[in-house]
Amino acid sequence: MTISPPSMPLPAAFNPWAATAMIAAVVLTSTTGEVLTAAAMKSIGDLDVIRAHSGLKGAIRAVLTCPLFFAGVFFLALAFFSLLFALNHLNLSLVGPASASLTLVTNAVAGKIFLKENVDGRRWAAAVLVCVGVYLLAH
Amino acid sequence: MSHHTLSPRQYLILGLVAVSAPLGDSCLSRGMAAMPAITLAHPQSLIAAVFTPWIALGIALLIGFFASYLTALSWADLTFVLPATAFGYVIIALLARFWLHEAISLERWAGILLITLGVGFVAQGPSLTQHPAAEPEVAHQQEAGTE
Repeated sequence: MTISPPSMPLPAAFNPWAATAMIAAVVLTSTTGEVLTAAAMKSIGDLDVIRAHSGLKGAIRAVLTCPLFFAGVFFLALAFFSLLFALNHLNLSLVGPASASLTLVTNAVAGKIFLKENVDGRRWAAAVLVCVGVYLLAH
Repeated sequence: MSHHTLSPRQYLILGLVAVSAPLGDSCLSRGMAAMPAITLAHPQSLIAAVFTPWIALGIALLIGFFASYLTALSWADLTFVLPATAFGYVIIALLARFWLHEAISLERWAGILLITLGVGFVAQGPSLTQHPAAEPEVAHQQEAGTE
């Protein structure tokens, strides 16, 4: 009878809790950033119309004088650095599909609650189909 | 309603959003994979990563993406723009198949089919939610834009 070896610790490269936390950080920060940015752009109005009236400088000024836009950019920057950090520790085949597909669903929920968008059956179906599709494609 | 239909220029902007994001992400991935492991103890190495060629190219593509994305969000809902522009993943996969001759598994073809169906669903509907209070102003701007 052989003596069983002591249980091996989990490889440092893949800790499921750390992986979940990294992906959750990307999803939460990017959803917050996207909702804030979308709210900012809706408050500014159609950029094509603003550019037709005030030129490119006018359109850029309209965006850069909106405080909500900077709040959105702050969270999108956090999401970007969370993604860089996650890609350095985990495979793209895990981080890419997981964060991209989960973000679609969290954005549909956040869009309905915070932006009061009309997320009807068609949009829920699209969010879920694209979510599963992105996961299958990128995995 | 005129707000629900998109002009060819607006479709072009959605196309730019769709293609530049996955291309930019691929550049970032390639750049970060070549970097030594970065820990929370040395966060400044993340800043140094920004100046490496692949990461810099990825960032340039993502700046183009962001400008198009902001424009799209100014005339369409977030819950319309995000699923619609996910079609970029399909374009990248098809480019990889027919240009780089990479193999696409049955699982990935299923993903391509689901994304295409999802984009078809969302594209059939209105691109913008009409809020009664904001409608007169938006309608006025739309009319001014089409003149």
